[in-house]
Amino acid sequence: MTVNELATALALTPLCAPEPDRPVTGGYCGDLLSWVMGRAKSGQAWVTIMTNINVAAVAALTDVACVILAEDSKPEESVVEKAKEEGINLFTSPQDSFSLCAGVDRLLRP
Amino acid sequence: MSEALHLHFDVDGENFTSAGEASVQVKKALRQMGCPPEIIRRVSIAMYEGEINMVIHAGGGKADVYMDSRTIRILLADTGPGIADIALAMQEGYSTAPDNIRSLGFGAGMGLPNMKRYTDRMDLQSTVGKGTTITMEIDLPQ
Ligand SMILES: Nc1ncnc2c1ncn2[C@@H]1O[C@H](COP(=O)(O)OP(=O)(O)OP(=O)(O)O)[C@@H](O)[C@H]1O
Ligand SMILES: [Mg+2]
Repeated sequence: MTVNELATALALTPLCAPEPDRPVTGGYCGDLLSWVMGRAKSGQAWVTIMTNINVAAVAALTDVACVILAEDSKPEESVVEKAKEEGINLFTSPQDSFSLCAGVDRLLRP
Repeated sequence: MSEALHLHFDVDGENFTSAGEASVQVKKALRQMGCPPEIIRRVSIAMYEGEINMVIHAGGGKADVYMDSRTIRILLADTGPGIADIALAMQEGYSTAPDNIRSLGFGAGMGLPNMKRYTDRMDLQSTVGKGTTITMEIDLPQ
């Protein structure tokens, strides 16, 4: 499943999607950045409520397929700019982290 | 051994929004050099954790990345407060990060453990009141 397909299925609002055709291989949920840094894997969809600029750096370095900001978390414009620059797919959703993860799981489960 | 790459960064201790910039630069440089993705991931994550630590705990510092045909070496040096109990600081979950930093998602106490986990060798020297120096090495596949 691609990022674009996942976003459509979960009705995510795109903040920027420079690489919509990236495949999503799994999911990871977490708000403690160095925890995510140590555990999230390349290609996963990362669900978080954090919105500060370091989210863009963590997403770039872990090489996740996309970031989904839960509970309508809204980042500053500079974060979206940074995400664009780094080729990070960034979405927001009114759903909470639990529902989003359940949704990702439902879509990816064979 | 010939040095294929040397990158130097002054890590600004005041500017929290640019924190992580050096690691992203390193990632780009390694990608351009055709480094394997898993190596790039390990190097840039280890470097990011070290860079953020210098910003949060030491008021900034200097970062140098060297690469030759065998190894990528990351050197981080700051003149911050130093670490009194290194063994304690290396434990997962230990953190002295203040609340305003925690609200940004830092302070899990996983930075130093990540640095150790993602590198082949890590050496941490610290003197209270003087500063901290960290050397990390990642071997390249031969
Ligand atoms: N460069 C440094 N100078 C002074 N103290 C440091 C430095 N790096 C780490 N420390 C100390 O070691 C502790 C543990 O560091 P570590 O990176 O593991 O966790 P953290 O930075 O507190 O949280 P996290 O990295 O999970 O966001 C820090 O809280 C701090 O007390
Ligand atoms: Mg840290």
